[in-house]
Amino acid sequence: MSLMYKEPTAEMIKENRLYADMGLTDEEFQLVENILGRLPNWTETGLFSVMWSEHCSYKNSKVLLKKFPITGERVLQGPGEGAGIIDINDDQAVVFKIESHNHPSAIEPYQGAATGVGGIIRDVFSMGARPVALLNSLRFGELQSPKVKYLFEEVVAGIAGYGNCIGIPTVGGEVQFDPCYEGNPLVNAMCVGLIDHKDIQKGQAKGVGNTVMYVGASTGRDGIHGATFASEELDEASDEKRPAVQVGDPFMEKLLLEACLELIKSDALVGIQDMGAAGLTSSSAEMASKAGSGIELNLDEVPQRELGMTPYEMMLSESQERMLIVVKKGREDEIKEIFDRWGLLSKVVGTVTDDKKLRLIFKGEVSAEVPVDALAEDAPVYHKPSREPEYFAKFQQQEEVIPKVTDVKQTLLDLLAQPTIASKEWVYDQYDYMVRTNTVVCPGSDAAVLRIRDTNKALAMTTDCNSRYLYLDPEVGGKIAIAEAARNLVCSGAEPLGVTDCLNYGNPEKPEIFWQLEKSTDGLSEACRELETPVIGGNVSLYNERSGVAVYPTPVIGMVGLIDDVNHITTQSFKNAGDLIFLIGETKPEFGGSELQKLVDGEISGKSPSIDLDIEKKLQTQLLTAIRSGAIASAHDVSEGGFAVAVAECIMDGKVGAKVSITGEEVTALFAESQSRFVVSVPRDKKEQFESLVDATCVGEVVDAGLTILNESGEPVIQVATDELQNSWRGAIPCLLKSKA
Amino acid sequence: MKFACIVFPGSNCDVDMFHAIRDELGEEVEYVWHDEANLDRFDAILLPGGFSYGDYLRSGAIARFSNVMDAVIKAANEGKPVLGVCNGFQVLLEAGLLPGAMRRNQNLKFICRPVTLVVENNETMFTTGYELGEEITIPVAHGEGNYYCDEATLKSLKDNKQIIFTYKNNPNGSISNIAGIKNEKGNVIGMMPHPERAVDQLIGSNDGLLLFKSILRNWREAHVLNV
Repeated sequence: MSLMYKEPTAEMIKENRLYADMGLTDEEFQLVENILGRLPNWTETGLFSVMWSEHCSYKNSKVLLKKFPITGERVLQGPGEGAGIIDINDDQAVVFKIESHNHPSAIEPYQGAATGVGGIIRDVFSMGARPVALLNSLRFGELQSPKVKYLFEEVVAGIAGYGNCIGIPTVGGEVQFDPCYEGNPLVNAMCVGLIDHKDIQKGQAKGVGNTVMYVGASTGRDGIHGATFASEELDEASDEKRPAVQVGDPFMEKLLLEACLELIKSDALVGIQDMGAAGLTSSSAEMASKAGSGIELNLDEVPQRELGMTPYEMMLSESQERMLIVVKKGREDEIKEIFDRWGLLSKVVGTVTDDKKLRLIFKGEVSAEVPVDALAEDAPVYHKPSREPEYFAKFQQQEEVIPKVTDVKQTLLDLLAQPTIASKEWVYDQYDYMVRTNTVVCPGSDAAVLRIRDTNKALAMTTDCNSRYLYLDPEVGGKIAIAEAARNLVCSGAEPLGVTDCLNYGNPEKPEIFWQLEKSTDGLSEACRELETPVIGGNVSLYNERSGVAVYPTPVIGMVGLIDDVNHITTQSFKNAGDLIFLIGETKPEFGGSELQKLVDGEISGKSPSIDLDIEKKLQTQLLTAIRSGAIASAHDVSEGGFAVAVAECIMDGKVGAKVSITGEEVTALFAESQSRFVVSVPRDKKEQFESLVDATCVGEVVDAGLTILNESGEPVIQVATDELQNSWRGAIPCLLKSKA
Repeated sequence: MKFACIVFPGSNCDVDMFHAIRDELGEEVEYVWHDEANLDRFDAILLPGGFSYGDYLRSGAIARFSNVMDAVIKAANEGKPVLGVCNGFQVLLEAGLLPGAMRRNQNLKFICRPVTLVVENNETMFTTGYELGEEITIPVAHGEGNYYCDEATLKSLKDNKQIIFTYKNNPNGSISNIAGIKNEKGNVIGMMPHPERAVDQLIGSNDGLLLFKSILRNWREAHVLNV
C-alpha cells in the first residue's frame, strides 16, 4: 500500500544509531546483535527496546528489589505475575497490585490517570480475581499555579471517570502536595481483588500446539513506545509525546472483565495475560518465556482499528482493554462464544511452539524472530554507581530545632488547612466509593474497610508514603512508610498481610538518586521483615524528573489487612462523651520534614523522625489485641501535624468533642511528628482491661463538643469550637482551587 | 414475589440490586439480559444503575433501544411495579415512561455521598412504609442527576403528587429539589438516589429497605390476600 511507511534497513539502524531514539544504548544494541547473531531489523529493534526498558525489565532496580522479603505462610503468589496473591482462609485469597502512570498523567492528565486505573484492574482480573476496590496515591506541586490545579482536577476526574464507569469502588488513597512534584506529578493506582484458590490463573503459554487468542479491543497506533517514554526524564519536548498516551474505554473494560471472569471458569483456558506496557510484545514474550515455550503470531489476524499498520506498530501499540490468552487446541469455539455474548472480539492469532522463539508472520513472511528469553529475561542488569548526596550529611548534622510558634490555636487551624492534611472530600466526593455495596469504612478514615460478602470477614486497605522523611533520610523514611501503612490497618482492626509497592524516583543514572533508591529499599526491606508484611508485587517508576529536577524518593506503599470478624472494625472518630482518651507511644522533639516545619520555614530540613521497629511492632500488636478484645471505641494513628491534629481529626465528624492535656514542651507535645503513636478512646468500664493490654497514657476524655487542650497546670492552651476546625480542614482544598494564582 | 433485575452492557449496580432483594428482602430475583424479549414471568421490574453502553452519549440514550425495553414498557402498561434507579431512572426518561430529562450535575462533577431525602408522597406502592415528610438517608452516585422539566410538566407533577422524594440539600441542581418521581398511574418510579445501597446498617444505612418492603407488602395485598 502506498501509504505504508518505509522502514529503515538493519544497516541504517546500526549506522545511524536509530536504536538510540528508541532508548537502547550502544552496548545494549551490540548485545542484541550478539544474541541474534545478525543485525536486528526495525521491528526486532523495537521489540528489544521496549522489553529492555526500565519499565518492563527493571534493569536498574532488579539488584535492589532482590532485598525485599517476598515469601510468607500466606503468600500464594509473589512478584512476577500480573498481581500478588495472599491467602485469607476459607480457600479465599486477596489479590492486589499498585502501578504508576506518572509520565502519561504529566502530559495528558485525564487519560493518563484513567488508563492507569484500567491497567491495574486488568492486572488483577488476569489472575482470575474479581476486582473489589481501587485506591490511589497522588502527588502534585503546590496547589498554586494554574497548571498544577489543572493536573490535579483532571487526574481526579480521570480516575473517577474510569472507576465509576466500570463499577469498582474507589475506596481510599492519599494526595500530597510539594514543589518537587510540580513538573512531574505522581499517579499511582492500586487494585484489590478477591479470588477462590481454585480459580487462580497464570500468564503462561503452555502446551505446544495450543492456540493463542487475542480478545478485547482492537489495536490502534496509540501508546506506541509508552514503556520507553516512561523510562526517560520529562523535559520541555515531552508534551510532543502526547501520542504515546493511550485513551481509555472503561465500558469496553467492563465487558472484558465480565467475559474474562466467565472465561476462567472454563477448563479450555491455559493462560491469560494483560496486554499492558509493551502490549502484544510483552504479553506474548513473557507468557512463552514463563512456560519455556515459544509463540508464533500471525499479525494479519490481529484486529486493527487503523489501516496499514506495520508489525512494528502492532507489536508496540499500547492500545487499552486487550488480553492475550492461550487455550487448548480445538476448544477455540467455546471461548469465542463467551466473548460473542459480551459483544467482544476474539480471534485466533497464533500457536504455542517449542522453539522458545517469538516469531511474527506478516503477509506470509517472517517479519521478526527472536528468542523469548532474550526479550523477557535476559535484559542487561545494571548496578549503577551510588553516591551520598551532599545535602544528607548537612541535614544529619543539623541541630534539632523546635519551630517558632506564637499562636498555637492559629497554628493548629493553619495545619488543618495544609492541603496535605486538609479533608480530601473534594476528591473522594467524585469517586463512587460505594458501588457493589461492601464498603464499610469510607474514604477519610485511616484505612478503607470492605466486608467480604457471605462471610464474617473484612479487608482493610491503605496507601501511604511520607516522601519528605524519605528525602531527609531514605532509609529511616522507608521504614516509616511501611510502619505507617501497617499502623493505618491496625487502627481499623486488621492484621497487615502484605505489601505492594510503587517505587517512584528520579533518574537512577545519577549516583545521588541511585543512593536514595539503595538506602530506601534497605529501610523498606527491613521494616517489611520486622512487621511480617512480605512484598508480593509492585512497580518501579524511575526517571521522574522534569528539566533535571527529581521528585522526592516516593515509594508508595499499598497494604492490605484481614479483619477476622466484622465486629472488630474500628474507625478514627471518637464515639461517646465520657470515653477516656489515651495516647500510645512516646513524643520527642522531632520536626524534620514535619508539616509544622514546612508551615513555619517554608521548606524542610534536618533529620527525619526516628523509628524503632521493635517498639512499632510491640505497640501495633498490643493495639490489635485490645481492639479484638473489644476494649477500644476508636483508634487513629498520629501522623502529619502531630498529636493536636490527630485529636482534631477524631472529632471532625462533629458528633462529640475532646478535652485533653499535654505535658512537657508545648510545641513538641502538640505538633511533633514522632512515630509509633496512636490516639485511642476507651469506654470507662473497659479502662482496666485496656490498660492491662496496652502501654498507654490517659490524656483526657471525650466530651460533648469542641476541642480543649490543657497544659500541665490545667490552663487551656487551645480552646476551639468544632465548626472552626471543620471550616479550616474542609474548606482548604476547594478554596485553593478557586483562588486565582 | 419475583423480581427481574435488568442487565444492560455496562450496568454495574445490578449486583447490589440483586443482593438487596435476595439477601435483605428475602424474595426471588433473577438477572435478565438486555436482549430478552419477555418479562411475563416477573411481578416487578428493576432497572439498576451503572453506565449502560458506557453512556458516552446521553445517559440511557442507547439502552432504551435494547430488546428488553419493549417488555419493560409492556410490564409498565400492565401495572407491574417498575423501579429505575440512577441509570435506570435515566433509561426510563429516555424511554418516555417518565417525563423530563437529566442534565449534568450543576458542579459538572460526579457526586457520591449519602444525602437526606424527604418523603413527599407516601401513598405510592413504593413508599407506603414511610411517613409523609420523613427524612431518610440514601446515597447518590451520579454525574447526570440534575433533573429538569418544563413548567407545565412540573405543574402537573406537583398537581398529581408525582414527586415522591426531594433532596433536603440539593446536591445536583435538580429542579424543585426533585430526587424521584412516579408516572401518573403510580406504578413506575425513577429516582437518582440508590435505595439498594441503603439496606444494611453495616454499610451505613438501611433506610432504603423500606422501599423494597413497601413494594412487597403492596403486591401481597393486591395479589396474595385476595386469592
